[in-house]
Amino acid sequence: MVKINLFSLFFLFMIFNSYAQIIKLDTVMYEKKKLTFEEANLVNSYYSQNGIHSAVTGGIGSEKLTDVSNTFDIKFSKQNQFGIKKTYGAEIGVDYYSSASSDKIDYKVSSASSSDVRFYPSLNYSRENLKSGVTTGGQVSFSSEWDYKSFGGGLHFNKSSKDKNTDIGFRANAFYDIYTLVIAEGLRKNSSGGRREKGVEGTSPRTSLDASLSLSRVMTPRLQMSLILDIAYQQGLLSTPFHRLYTSDGALTKEILPSSRFKLPIGLRVNWMVSDNITLRSFYRYFKDDWGLSSHTMQMEVPIRLSTYFVIGPFARYYKQSGNKYFGAYQTIDPTTEFKTSDYDLSDFTSTHTGVSLKYNLFKAYKYFNLNALECRAGYYNRSDGLHAGIVTVSLQFRGN
Amino acid sequence: MIFSIMTIINLIACKSVGPSDRQYLSDSEMQLAIKKCEKMELNFMLYREGSSGANGGKSGGGCGCN
Repeated sequence: MVKINLFSLFFLFMIFNSYAQIIKLDTVMYEKKKLTFEEANLVNSYYSQNGIHSAVTGGIGSEKLTDVSNTFDIKFSKQNQFGIKKTYGAEIGVDYYSSASSDKIDYKVSSASSSDVRFYPSLNYSRENLKSGVTTGGQVSFSSEWDYKSFGGGLHFNKSSKDKNTDIGFRANAFYDIYTLVIAEGLRKNSSGGRREKGVEGTSPRTSLDASLSLSRVMTPRLQMSLILDIAYQQGLLSTPFHRLYTSDGALTKEILPSSRFKLPIGLRVNWMVSDNITLRSFYRYFKDDWGLSSHTMQMEVPIRLSTYFVIGPFARYYKQSGNKYFGAYQTIDPTTEFKTSDYDLSDFTSTHTGVSLKYNLFKAYKYFNLNALECRAGYYNRSDGLHAGIVTVSLQFRGN
Repeated sequence: MIFSIMTIINLIACKSVGPSDRQYLSDSEMQLAIKKCEKMELNFMLYREGSSGANGGKSGGGCGCN
């Protein structure tokens, strides 16, 4: 305890030391700006996967899935003469997916989840005091899919040092989800109703809370890093009601997972401009939860500036997961076990994701906005249990004049 | 441990970098936030892997996944 307290005091001293400035009367006046368009992004992606361990059919069967995602976000800001900058943002996202595994909720007819649309709008606001370096804000979000609805809200606080070399941030989010309990054929009590009602046996809530503490620091004129610590807690329905499971005696049952989960991820991001044209973007994360799952994530991207306009960036990511204690493959789990799943997303595996990003800086000016950059990113994902996927993303960035 | 890492970071970066030395730090490739193009990748990994968080994305909830 004494050791921790000494570390805390030392840490606080160092933080205060970072902010230490000579106190002087600040008479700086800022340029007043009316509400203007700042930035917008249009992002589209296509994702396709296949594998042989579908959780819907008990850890066997096709995992073929395609997803088309489209998001658009826009940001406006205004500033007064006292250095208060207010930013208003909005984002809207629409995903369309088709899934072979979800189609097996019903054995014979095509089930409701075989294809669906996910819709997720959000609004955000922030207020930055340019004098003190304090930014506060919040956001609200909503997400809707065939079998759930989600309502989210969050607050954030950031403090930058006077020299803009250190930034400390705190963020807290809460999500309230309502799950529709869709039970897979063979396990359901209710077999009547149409395509959308079949297998539905009520609803169940889920609450997710997460808090995040971050420290960003400029180390040298070519190196900066950030450390992020998240703490997340979930309560409610954490298993997927239409995931089948076959126990070691061959009996069919459904996935059952604990009703709470505590997660502790910590991430470190280091960006280093090696030379005038080469940047090294790196990320490491360690994750642990109270289900016995832990993981290491390492990612590296090397953007190379070929000209003023063109940047090419190969990237690679390695992920190693030690699966949770409730996982078992098809027909291997003891039927007397309280919690059980055959979802390979929670198993022991390693995965790699490699690809390349291409960025073209357009700098094309129009009357009300600038067409700033076009970026295309393509990657191939390979998981050691046989699942493989490809994702292509194209984004277009607009900036205000 | 986290406090000690933060303290070490603070100690190493004891020299302040002024506005005139920031041309490299201001480069779009040097930004510490995740790129817009990466958001979709994070989203599918949230489904396909048991871990999440500490990367600027969500830590769970609001998407029907872990």
